[in-house]
Amino acid sequence: MTTRTETADLDVPDPDPDTGDADPGPSRHAGPVTRTFLAVLWRDLFTTARRPAPFLVQVIVQPLLLFFVFGKVLGVAGYTHGDFGEALLPGVMALNAFLVSLQNTAMPLIMDFSWSGEIEDRLLAPLPGSLVAVAKLVFGTLCGLFAGLVMAPIGFLVLGTAAWPATAWPGVLLVLLLGSATGAGVGLALGTIVSPERISVTFSLVLAPLTFTGSVQYPWSSLGHLRWFQVVSAANPLTYVSEGLRAATLPGLRVIPLGTDILVLVFALLAAAAIGIRGFMSRALG
Amino acid sequence: MSHAVTVSELVKRYHPHAPAAVDGLSFTVERGEVFGLLGPNGAGKSTTVGVLTTRMLPTSGRCLLFGTDVVARPARAKRLLAVVPQRQNLDRSLDVRQNLLFHARYHGVGRDERVRRAAELLDLMGLTDQAGQRVERLSGGQAQRVVIARALMHAPRVLFLDEPSTGLDPQSRLFLHHRIRELRERGVTVVLTTHDMEEAEDLCDRVGIVDHGRLLALDTPRALTEALPGGTTITAQVRGTDPPTEKAEEAAEAAEIVAALAELPGADSAEQGPPARGTGAAAAAERCFRLRTHKDPSVLLPDVLRVLADHGAEPVGLSTARPSLQDVFISLTGRELR
Repeated sequence: MTTRTETADLDVPDPDPDTGDADPGPSRHAGPVTRTFLAVLWRDLFTTARRPAPFLVQVIVQPLLLFFVFGKVLGVAGYTHGDFGEALLPGVMALNAFLVSLQNTAMPLIMDFSWSGEIEDRLLAPLPGSLVAVAKLVFGTLCGLFAGLVMAPIGFLVLGTAAWPATAWPGVLLVLLLGSATGAGVGLALGTIVSPERISVTFSLVLAPLTFTGSVQYPWSSLGHLRWFQVVSAANPLTYVSEGLRAATLPGLRVIPLGTDILVLVFALLAAAAIGIRGFMSRALG
Repeated sequence: MSHAVTVSELVKRYHPHAPAAVDGLSFTVERGEVFGLLGPNGAGKSTTVGVLTTRMLPTSGRCLLFGTDVVARPARAKRLLAVVPQRQNLDRSLDVRQNLLFHARYHGVGRDERVRRAAELLDLMGLTDQAGQRVERLSGGQAQRVVIARALMHAPRVLFLDEPSTGLDPQSRLFLHHRIRELRERGVTVVLTTHDMEEAEDLCDRVGIVDHGRLLALDTPRALTEALPGGTTITAQVRGTDPPTEKAEEAAEAAEIVAALAELPGADSAEQGPPARGTGAAAAAERCFRLRTHKDPSVLLPDVLRVLADHGAEPVGLSTARPSLQDVFISLTGRELR
């Protein structure tokens, strides 16, 4: 057992709630809540950074193969030509940002809510439960941003395309940020809806269609002759990430204008986040 | 000064048409008290704890922790409470010590303070050697000690333990009980749920017995058992005569003893019972007398011995048994399986 002094020290740093009837108000709570929010966010960053290998594999392997096969092999074999690599790079960047943010938000939540219960300690942290969901969104977004950005140097190297001018980067960053956040929002919604026994079927039903209707491998406008597929692709938020990145980096190409992409992504983000946070709260409050 | 825990008219329905899991429960827990919620499986204990710890929303009713409404002000309530859940939910991506440190970080405990508390609590819980271990490698008892250490990292004023002894070996159980008593000495209020009578009798200052989401009784374990009809039983075992006497003679002698015992001041009833223990010739030759009383049994013991001696019976065993909390529990909640 500890000594008496130690026990006294362990006791109650909190102010006695009995003495303060008056509501401390949001301003006095903003400090501790921000601190707790950052601590909850830091937990995800810390655990990912501590064992980076699985994350890096998830981020790099698939797009590297996409670059190699679509950008290099098909070109050498004579199935694609000229500027295909230039149109492919923004698409793969978008895909990677969107999927990595989605998966890094959805997968841990599915485990947490179904059996591990690990998130409960964070739900018992002194901040509104919805902010735990927001921390998940921010973490997923950061994963997606990283996954998108890391594609640029890899793409330039593998595809041998020219690096983008500095003027393109603000647009690239904004679209990547919105795209990653939307991916995280969709991941939050999925993570709170899907039960673990349906993970594989859900991901087959969601990820593959997302990947192939997201205008990743070609500009959306090139689908003009396949009207129905163009309409289906227009319903996929990933299309606006791919097209937004093309609009920012390839001024000559016929793409959906940057302003439209950003507007649609903002709406998609708000809708996905709202559904995700609602789902999160209904799971969190058992 | 407000109570540590105030529950008033708490109702929780999981589905609008299902029967209520908690059905109008009201009780208060004093500051610094160890309070037990005792009830069969599905009685509504864990649901009550779920609402009190902000993890579930009540259908109706009010729950306060030190005057703070857990529904209206959950963030503030969460600073006051800590939970040791039924199933351990440690963070598997972190090692033992990091589990403690992150918990403290969530609660805004400063760096030096949380490092110091973690060292202290790891030591207190006998976990210093496991500090750097991943939590998957821990045994059930160790994991539960980590959960308790984690719960104490932000110095909560009320600690909720949901079925804390389930699945623990006897050593871990004793250790846990010891720690709970220490917490009370420190002034931490403890609310535990259990269906383990011994645990409740051992640890709790007061016990609330719940079933079907309602409170059936609430008092100290002693008061609950004393309120049971029947009171204390004194059992006296007597050596058989050697060589064995005639059956009829023996029966007559036993009847005299029973009558004499029943006459004693403070005795409610007396009877001859079956031998208390063992089989075989020696046990078969033993006889056993039971006396029930509502009075303090120690006052009656000399009288019982005198009656036996007067009748030439040689006592070989004498014991008293109060009704246990289990008897109270069964008499209130019935015997049928849940």
